[in-house]
Amino acid sequence: MSFEVAGIRAKADGPLKLAVPRGALFTETLDILDAAGVDTSGARGDSRSLIFETEGITLVTMRPSDVPTYVEAGAADVGITGKDVLLEQADRAVYELLDLGYGRCRMVLAGRRGDARMGESQRRLGMMRIATKYPRIAERYFEATGRQIEMIEVKGSVELAPLIGLGDGIVDLVATGRTLEENDLEVREEIFECTARFVANRVAHKLRATEVDELTAKLREASAG
Amino acid sequence: MIHPIPPGTRDVLPDEMRELRRLNRALIDVFEARGYGEVATPAIEYDEVLARGDGRAAAGAYRFFDESGDLLALRSDMTVPIARLVSTRFAEAEMPLRLCYLASAFRAVRPQRGQMREFVQAGVELIGAPAPAGTVEVIEVLEAALDAAGLDRAVIGLGDSDLYRQLLTEFGVEGGARDSILARLATHDLVGLEEELGEVEGISDEQCATCVALSQLRGGSEVLERARGLLGGAVGRATARLQETYDALEERGVADRVQIDLGLLRDLGYYSGAILEVYDPALGHILGGGGRYDDLMKRFGVDQPAAGFALYLERVHVAQMEEESRREKGSS
Repeated sequence: MSFEVAGIRAKADGPLKLAVPRGALFTETLDILDAAGVDTSGARGDSRSLIFETEGITLVTMRPSDVPTYVEAGAADVGITGKDVLLEQADRAVYELLDLGYGRCRMVLAGRRGDARMGESQRRLGMMRIATKYPRIAERYFEATGRQIEMIEVKGSVELAPLIGLGDGIVDLVATGRTLEENDLEVREEIFECTARFVANRVAHKLRATEVDELTAKLREASAG
Repeated sequence: MIHPIPPGTRDVLPDEMRELRRLNRALIDVFEARGYGEVATPAIEYDEVLARGDGRAAAGAYRFFDESGDLLALRSDMTVPIARLVSTRFAEAEMPLRLCYLASAFRAVRPQRGQMREFVQAGVELIGAPAPAGTVEVIEVLEAALDAAGLDRAVIGLGDSDLYRQLLTEFGVEGGARDSILARLATHDLVGLEEELGEVEGISDEQCATCVALSQLRGGSEVLERARGLLGGAVGRATARLQETYDALEERGVADRVQIDLGLLRDLGYYSGAILEVYDPALGHILGGGGRYDDLMKRFGVDQPAAGFALYLERVHVAQMEEESRREKGSS
């Protein structure tokens, strides 16, 4: 159980607020919302607006990694984001209601092609230096597999790190594998697979049960079809 | 000059204090008017005594040694100290015993999340009154407290803490698998729940579907009707208990703001039977919770059923402010 007293407050009146991830999941998220009967045409243009009113539902667009924050605080009632984001922010208390199936990608450990440095560091130094944007996922993974690492947290293109000597390898999300390939990197270990998930605020899940359940059912149908 | 205080603690200045004091008084007045006498207990107790009430690691996040080497801890709620107090000071008293409190409690926080290490709880404990009458009384006091705080839109979720433990045992799910399924249910991770259930050997598809469907059943008394259509003797027993409580609430005309919620699972270690959570539409977090803990008193040597609730005072204050500004907007 969590004990926040600070944080953004929800307004439960008016239409349900749905946090929509911008970036890689954006288009597919709008597609599945369309299939679920939500009119997303407003959000599709090149508008710089962040909030789009549709019939019965308000779309709030944001970075995928902000979705758990808004949903946990109740500023958005429900939201869509990647499982990678939910795992990295595992301490956020949101209800994960549905696997939407799209946005499929893999969290992997990768190193330079043909390069033995990861193994060498492990053998001779007792630990590997790993660059990542997902420090908590990486920490849990290496802990679970009984290896010690020195974590290097970066914000931008993590592929760069091993190429110029910052770290022996990386933990990162891979969709097609092209970025890795073009940067002369290869997958060494697969950590898990992730897809887009539908999440809800715990109070909204109780107090707006009918609306949340209806949207869940429609999204379930749309993602199965 | 700025002298820092630890994260998760705070100072209260006069404007806020005035409002908090008014809220405090309104709540204590409600409790006293219903026969609940206010008690205070030390913030510091022997760690061993607190751990007796709640053996999990979460109890007593702050432990330290005193000058003679005894291990002390800051209390993490008031229910366990009051169980200790009752067995020590009221063991021979006539039951039921009605006590209330307004006190700080202390819990560990996760960094940079705006969580409070020290927070104030206002609540009641009703000792020696079994279900359903005792549960109904506690819910009535809770409703009166919410009314006194001006939270007329607040909703009380009513669930059953024995439901899943018993149901999983009945389905033959034990040990580690049962614990990880309960953890998924407590965090309401439905995708993970289906995965975990899928990995259990010997559990049928229908049994899996029952677990998932149950966790989504919330609403008026019609959800009990729907639950009765599902598998399992544990479901039957839990719905019978909830029905009994709900009927008694209806009889007393206080069922309107109670939402039956079969997905409710509080993670405090001492609950048995009915569990409660309090929500207000103006706030994304829960305002408080409670329920029955019929076995807790036994751990302190007094074999009495018990129930109670605690409201997080600062959160009630936030909700109060939100509801006030909403009403002003509505009337202008």
